[in-house]
Amino acid sequence: MRTLFKTSYAADIDHLVHPGERFRVLALLVGALALPLVLSNFQLTEMNLLFCYALAGIGLMVLTGFTGQVSFGHAAFLAIGAYGHVFFLERGVPFLLALPLGGAAAAVAGWVIGRAASKMHGFYLAIATLAFAILVETVLGAARPVTGGHIGKSVPEIFVLGIDFSAPVYQYYLYLAVLVFFIWGVANLMRSANGRAMIAVRDSETSAQALGVNLGRVKLWAFMLSAFITGIAGGLMGHQLMFLTPETFNMNESLKLLLMIVVGGLGSISGALIGAVFVSFLPNIILMLHAVLPKSVSFQSGFEPLFFGLIIAGFVIFEPDGLYGRWRKLRLFLETYPYYKRATFTRQKRYLKTERFK
Amino acid sequence: MSTLLVENLTLAFGNNVALNDVSFTVVPGQIYAIIGPNGAGKSTIFNVISRVYAPSKGRVAYDGKDILALQPHEVVQTGIARTFQNIELFEKATVLDNLLVGRHARMQRNMASEFFFLPRVRKRELEARHRVELVLDLLNMQHLRSERVADLAYGARKHVELARALCADPTLLLLDEPASGLNPEETSDMVFWLRDIKEELGITIVMIEHDMHLVSRASDRVMALANGEVITTGTAAEVQAHPRVQQAYLGTVE
Repeated sequence: MRTLFKTSYAADIDHLVHPGERFRVLALLVGALALPLVLSNFQLTEMNLLFCYALAGIGLMVLTGFTGQVSFGHAAFLAIGAYGHVFFLERGVPFLLALPLGGAAAAVAGWVIGRAASKMHGFYLAIATLAFAILVETVLGAARPVTGGHIGKSVPEIFVLGIDFSAPVYQYYLYLAVLVFFIWGVANLMRSANGRAMIAVRDSETSAQALGVNLGRVKLWAFMLSAFITGIAGGLMGHQLMFLTPETFNMNESLKLLLMIVVGGLGSISGALIGAVFVSFLPNIILMLHAVLPKSVSFQSGFEPLFFGLIIAGFVIFEPDGLYGRWRKLRLFLETYPYYKRATFTRQKRYLKTERFK
Repeated sequence: MSTLLVENLTLAFGNNVALNDVSFTVVPGQIYAIIGPNGAGKSTIFNVISRVYAPSKGRVAYDGKDILALQPHEVVQTGIARTFQNIELFEKATVLDNLLVGRHARMQRNMASEFFFLPRVRKRELEARHRVELVLDLLNMQHLRSERVADLAYGARKHVELARALCADPTLLLLDEPASGLNPEETSDMVFWLRDIKEELGITIVMIEHDMHLVSRASDRVMALANGEVITTGTAAEVQAHPRVQQAYLGTVE
């Protein structure tokens, strides 16, 4: 096992201090940059959609994974971001401005729901965000003059600084850049005071408050930042779907986002990315299952939801830390071989927490 | 200097009177112990001071400021930091991150500059880190720095909580049962630390404690509480000898 000797405070502040970690991230980046060389246009559009989900996952991770506020209606922010983006594009706002404006529209919605939600916990918050998502879907359907109602709305092509970005490979690099930017930004935030305050709110509101964390404000900011990032993801997603209808951003989409971060691993940026990959490849896995399983089983109605459900249940029971947690364990196993103990990761006795002031 | 003034504090949960007309004063530089049987209202006093509960009557002032007029998160800015009876740490974070949250109220924060991690954010982080290292040194906890709290034993968690409170640069520490669940060795460490904190850092300490050995060794003044009322105040020996204190703990002698 390699021990990292930290010789300065910077070693705790900087990103990617561990040489192995640095190598992996570099390899991933180089791989991502080289990928268009081997992928077909169709596969590239699939990758672009994956980037959108990864970005939305990071948005939800800020709220649920880091701040501990569950959201069952995050597709609403995707929708507001997408429709907002198209709204501004149609009025001649350039792409590079329309995208953040769409995100800002989602952030405003995040502020509205966050103000109400910052005083709620658990189930109530889940129900409030769910209601919000349904409300947004309904409003989008009804606001026909702006959104095109249930008939839908086509999404214009991307022009960045006058250059036509309709080729998937252009979009690929554009999306990758946006994704990397937000990964970097969120990682920065999480190593600073406000990021730590979010973690503090997640783990113990009582003591966070006693140490000077303004609970309401931290939750509100988390909602807004999360909505902004998700809104940007929505704007990008619109260009891949090419056509927006309110039903695109329904309940299932919200659940898919939540599934993504749970399967990937709550509480880490890597978790959101791994979750996005997982969710994107899930249809292929299902297709493969169709080939293997007897027809009487695989073409039953409700086969896919069952499959999804089994995956979530399996993760919640066997690997609450998600795929990212599994990967960390595997790494530790290899690094410490043959000294790895299963007990390293088994949950210790929970110390009593009786006196909750809620 | 900053004195903690608690006057006529009254608080009831429904018909259950938790605090009844409780008044006391903690002068700077003291270790002030609050003792009493379970349910006497000891922790409730702390929760009133940190604005978790709102009393129906009474006044709390520290350093001339009316504490009851503040928001819960503003209390720490007056110089009051606290620990909890049932440890309230940030479980999934490292000890270092826990202590850095302790610096929260003393740090300038700006979300936008943190997102881009501007040089001034780095500078602030390094300053906060330096302050945290001093506390780690004081409590002799360097070896725990990068441990995750979830992996720590109970005694170590108690120490981390104390350290985290110290990171907020308090002038008054409220310790809720600092020695509960500690073994005798850890308890005597705690006595030394409490004295260090008082004498070296000049921090006033109010602690709730059941371990009378610790109370008599560490505290300058003791207040006994039962059923939400103050029974008596004095030195540890005086309070222990008080007949009503003995009655509260042991019941009436026939």
